[in-house]
Amino acid sequence: MCGTCGCGTGSGPTIVKIEDHGHSHEHTHEHDHTHEHSHSHKTVIELEQDILQNNNLLAARNRGYFDAKNIFALNLVSSPGSGKTSFLERTLADLKDQYPFYVIEGDQQTANDANRIHALQVPVVQVNTGKGCHLESDMIYDAVKQLAPKDNSFLMIENVGNLVCPAMFDLGESKRVVVISITEGEDKPIKYPDMFLTSDVCIINKMDLQPYLKVDMDKLRNYAQQVNPKLVFFEVSATTGEGMKKWYDWLIEQI
Amino acid sequence: MHELSVALGIVDLAKKELHKAKAKQIDSIQLVIGTMSGVEPESLEFVWPMAVKDTVLAKATRNIEYIEAKAKCLECDTIFPVEKIYDSCPKCNSFFKDIFQGKELKIKSLEVS
Ligand SMILES: Nc1nc2c(ncn2[C@@H]2O[C@H](COP(=O)(O)OP(=O)(O)OP(=O)(O)O)[C@@H](O)[C@H]2O)c(=O)[nH]1
Ligand SMILES: [Mg+2]
Ligand SMILES: [Zn+2]
Repeated sequence: MCGTCGCGTGSGPTIVKIEDHGHSHEHTHEHDHTHEHSHSHKTVIELEQDILQNNNLLAARNRGYFDAKNIFALNLVSSPGSGKTSFLERTLADLKDQYPFYVIEGDQQTANDANRIHALQVPVVQVNTGKGCHLESDMIYDAVKQLAPKDNSFLMIENVGNLVCPAMFDLGESKRVVVISITEGEDKPIKYPDMFLTSDVCIINKMDLQPYLKVDMDKLRNYAQQVNPKLVFFEVSATTGEGMKKWYDWLIEQI
Repeated sequence: MHELSVALGIVDLAKKELHKAKAKQIDSIQLVIGTMSGVEPESLEFVWPMAVKDTVLAKATRNIEYIEAKAKCLECDTIFPVEKIYDSCPKCNSFFKDIFQGKELKIKSLEVS
């Protein structure tokens, strides 16, 4: 939402690059055209068409673009408040001087998360999905155009906080990262299995709280592995920085 | 609720097909939904009237064919039905499996006139 010009009041998403002074706008409008035709015989059209085809096609296009420019793109997903933005902030603060980073922030409302990233002087675009509960590949396509990322860089996409809906929507990312905080209960992975099934990496965050919570870490990891035996785990605290080194080593190897 | 995006996606595709066919209206639509597609039947049911209101699908009847999920164990090749994503192989208990059926999310056909 833009307080200055009132854009983003329609139903489409708003995609805004956060700058120090002023900002650019991208609007999406839906146009409906209805034409009347006069035929009256019944016909069956055999379609066999994938309903998510549009999203998948544009995701493939994004992926091709990332591959060609050697951009490593991550799609960070989690329930609201697991610590995606805090985890990103910590990662950027520690690595941005060595590697070029770009960020796309997805939220239903506000530019709060993008402002947190902007404070670290990392190029960032905020996508507000309005009523939408997940990012889709066309939003990434538009956001990437605004970011114009350099070759050999990292693109971090923070999805809308939601452990259900983003699972179905490929954005063209290189890897999907699911963040779970230990305050959420050990059985989260089997309560919301789709997200753990479609992810490559599982970040277990808020480990600094373990002395108080005494979460059964084996149980949590076992549940996640039952859903997806290929998951790679990192146990971290975005607040204290504990465990982040291993994550950085993995990340840097990817590019 | 992503079922709304899914329903709106269906409306979009249906609209294109109707124009392509130069027909007047869509009488019915046949969908194929796998039990592991990520779409909840009740949620889709719930958002459907909202999504199709004032569109080419407003008057169309909707038929859904559900497909049961099946997996092949990557350890011992056993084929078994999957009820939960985290079901293990009934023969060897391995969690490594390939879900080869049940992820469908398709428009099978449209009836236009
Ligand atoms: N103790 C502790 N708190 C944390 C940690 N990481 C994040 N938090 C806190 O958790 C809350 C949510 O963190 P965010 O980073 O905003 O979470 P998010 O996943 O980006 O949230 P949404 O974007 O709203 O989905 C904040 O109050 C953070 O300070 C951590 O490692 N330890
Ligand atoms: Mg956030
Ligand atoms: Zn087996």
